[in-house]
Amino acid sequence: MMAPSAIARKARKEADGNATAWLLAPGVLWTVFFCLLPLSVIFLVSCATRGTYGGIVWDFSLDNYRDLLHALYGRIFGQSLLLASLTTIICLAMGFPLAYYIARLSPRRQAVWLVLVMVPFWTNFLVRTYAWIFILRTEGLMNTVLLKLGLISAPIEILYSNTAVVLGLVYGYLPFMILPLYAAIERVDRSLIEAAWDLYADRWSVFRRVLVPLTKPGIVAGCVLVFIPSLGAFITPDLLGGARSMMVGNLIQHEYLIARDWPLGSALSMVLMALVMGAMIWYFRAQSAADGKRRAS
Amino acid sequence: MADLSIDIRTLIKRHGATLAVDHVTLGVRRGEFFSILGPSGAGKSSLLRMLAGFETPDSGEIFIDGQLMAGVPPNRRPVNLVFQSYALFPHLSVAGNVAFGLEMKRIPRGEIEARVAATLELVQMGDKRDRRPGQLSGGEQQRVALARALVNRPAVVLLDEPLAALDQQLRQQMQVELKSIQAQVGITFVCVTHHQEEALALSDRLAVMHQGQVVQVGRPQDLYESPATHFVAQFIGTSNELRGTLRDPHVGQAILTCDHPGLSGKVRVAMPSDLQSGAAVALILRPERVRLASNGEGTAFDNAVPGTVEALRYLGSGWRCVVRITEQIAWTIHLPNHANGLVPWKVGDPVSVQWNVSDGTVLPLP
Amino acid sequence: MRNQGGWLRSFSVLGLAFLYLPIAVLMVFSLNASRLSATWQGVSWQWYEMLWRDEALRTATGNSLLVAGISTVIVLLLGVPAAMGLERIRSRWRGFLEPIFLLPLVIPEVMMGVALLMLFVVLQMPLSLATVMIGHAAFNLPVAIVIIRARLQKLDPRLLEAAYDLGATPWQGFRRITLPLLFPALLGAMLLTFTISLDDFIVTFFVAGPGATTLPLKVYSMIKSGVSPEINALSAVLVMASMGLVGLSLLFQRR
Repeated sequence: MMAPSAIARKARKEADGNATAWLLAPGVLWTVFFCLLPLSVIFLVSCATRGTYGGIVWDFSLDNYRDLLHALYGRIFGQSLLLASLTTIICLAMGFPLAYYIARLSPRRQAVWLVLVMVPFWTNFLVRTYAWIFILRTEGLMNTVLLKLGLISAPIEILYSNTAVVLGLVYGYLPFMILPLYAAIERVDRSLIEAAWDLYADRWSVFRRVLVPLTKPGIVAGCVLVFIPSLGAFITPDLLGGARSMMVGNLIQHEYLIARDWPLGSALSMVLMALVMGAMIWYFRAQSAADGKRRAS
Repeated sequence: MADLSIDIRTLIKRHGATLAVDHVTLGVRRGEFFSILGPSGAGKSSLLRMLAGFETPDSGEIFIDGQLMAGVPPNRRPVNLVFQSYALFPHLSVAGNVAFGLEMKRIPRGEIEARVAATLELVQMGDKRDRRPGQLSGGEQQRVALARALVNRPAVVLLDEPLAALDQQLRQQMQVELKSIQAQVGITFVCVTHHQEEALALSDRLAVMHQGQVVQVGRPQDLYESPATHFVAQFIGTSNELRGTLRDPHVGQAILTCDHPGLSGKVRVAMPSDLQSGAAVALILRPERVRLASNGEGTAFDNAVPGTVEALRYLGSGWRCVVRITEQIAWTIHLPNHANGLVPWKVGDPVSVQWNVSDGTVLPLP
Repeated sequence: MRNQGGWLRSFSVLGLAFLYLPIAVLMVFSLNASRLSATWQGVSWQWYEMLWRDEALRTATGNSLLVAGISTVIVLLLGVPAAMGLERIRSRWRGFLEPIFLLPLVIPEVMMGVALLMLFVVLQMPLSLATVMIGHAAFNLPVAIVIIRARLQKLDPRLLEAAYDLGATPWQGFRRITLPLLFPALLGAMLLTFTISLDDFIVTFFVAGPGATTLPLKVYSMIKSGVSPEINALSAVLVMASMGLVGLSLLFQRR
């Protein structure tokens, strides 16, 4: 015989589960409808065929993916990966000393510096990119000043080049690198560095043998946070890049809105998504490896 | 049964494979200060949470004020809990915290004001009614948590390790206050604790829990003077023990033959009526029930065992003396302070440890 | 690393200068009287006056505020219960639902834009301000969930138990305990999603219908047609607005 309290308990557990389900249902439905469903649609479209005047003809094939093997697309993907990697490396090189400096400040100053690092991130991305046009263009601020000072005799042409794109990307995503690095460095016990110092390590060895291994999860997080948006960048190459600085984001936009080849654009998106997922998997592998190590010790 | 505030009948609660609460049957009388005492993991927290309604029993019944609690959610039970961490609402003032329960019951505003003020006076927090919990010391938070429960005039106030978060001195002071507040309001208090001194000092009666079971219920002096099991004897107070086998029962007495190497001579003990000759038992002796004499003197006591003074610690009220009897056995003996804090022995002196049959308790070993 | 102190400090200050200099330059030159904007010819507020008179800009600003406001409301209405649900649910289910909720955070913005565009095309929903609102709510939902959950995890579950013990129903517990304690996080989430929505260009670019011009779309088309002191002034206004919002959110979080 089931005791009355046991029945009550079962009923309460069910009621509890029901309440949780009702809490989650709207959000889940929304996400399924406006995130998972659109992604599935893109996948379907990527296997369809372009109509004569744009639009979609539901004629399924993998032709779009085969078309992507064309050298032009390969070059753009390669360039995107290159520029995104370059951006990530520069952000890491700039971000690590900065994050280290912040992490060693007094708590009060740390808070101030972190806010200062965050504020540009809150500022409109278009505006921040436009600022570089204003500075870098032929008759822009940099050239005007340098010419007036007599440091150069002819304006430097940086705008509309890959250099300008990388500069813009670094500028845009540097805070994404600094914050996770800061969080990781801040957690490292200062006495560990002093211990290495005490055990005859020089500065470089302290950095390479102690600091880097201990902050690896932060480094990986920062790299992923910079790499993913850089890879899919659209505004920066569109505004700062030249005719030859096209990145995947611009190509997708071009196929959708100008060439109106939605199936091809969708196939491009799927490849971009695959690259991003690859980066994410790498990230989670590295994080869980670090977690495992922490748990083991 | 009308005089019972809480009536628990064969309550069972499983946590995974272990029986957290194992066939517990317990009655708490109206208006008494009742403690549930046990080491951590004994199941007392689980029992408390079932009384409050946060956990549901696997079987058995709980009656509070004669009402069956099965299926009654925490917000409709006539009990209020003082949490171990106090769980004061950080966004409400002291008065706001205390008023919370009354507001939930939709008591008229004026009455809430009056009752909150009176209860805060009772716990001596009347002057801090507008403070936030974060601005209070540990002891003050404890008082607010207590007031928040008392103000609802529940049938029972449940206290979860009420003094555990306080430092030693505050703890003793709060013990006295808790007891006097309980006496003033006359509400049944049920207190869960692992701190035996606290439980003995506060409670009218207490239950000792061990591995999910209630092993003994009684007044503090009952538990101390006549523990029902070896566990209770060890858990409550300091106990000296001698293990052995019962032999030669004769008119209520028996001989304990010891298994300890290096202990010669026979020890006379009371023969428990529920045990047979040959049973493995422990003789329990409290520190203040044993006397010391210099070695070689004649004795008027039933038993005498030789030993060596190993340590002496002055307590003011007397001396705490550790006497080494064999390599494995050292007893703690309380020597009352009779004159000027002097004792006739020093560390290393040979002594004779003496007691009467009636001073000891014989308990079967598990 | 004692001796490195000076070197690190200068490097860090330079790094900060790198982050702020371009913005500062824009703000200074928005006051330049010259139309040839790189040379300084005295202070003037004329570009700000031009902005003020620009009817199209005013419409775009109105659209942006409307989109940000409504999408933020949607995000909070969906996000608060979802965050609470994720905290209550059993871990096996959480492991399954969590990645779904967080997915929009890792999808490249361009892809989010085209995916939503394709959805609306397939569903034959006409592009309008409404589609922009949906898009913004879609990528802002995980942002709000992350912030609210971080706060929920810090809440002591005993507080809710204490409320129930004192006679509160689950709804009263939510209203009187959870919600007030969650308030700073709600405000933070609100300000962040509002700002992100206000600033979003890419997703808007793909899903905005004709006439549904938001402020970033307007800024983009202005930039595309060349550098002008009017954009400098507009940039300065946007920067000030963002900083105001950040200041506000910091102020509330401190309390």
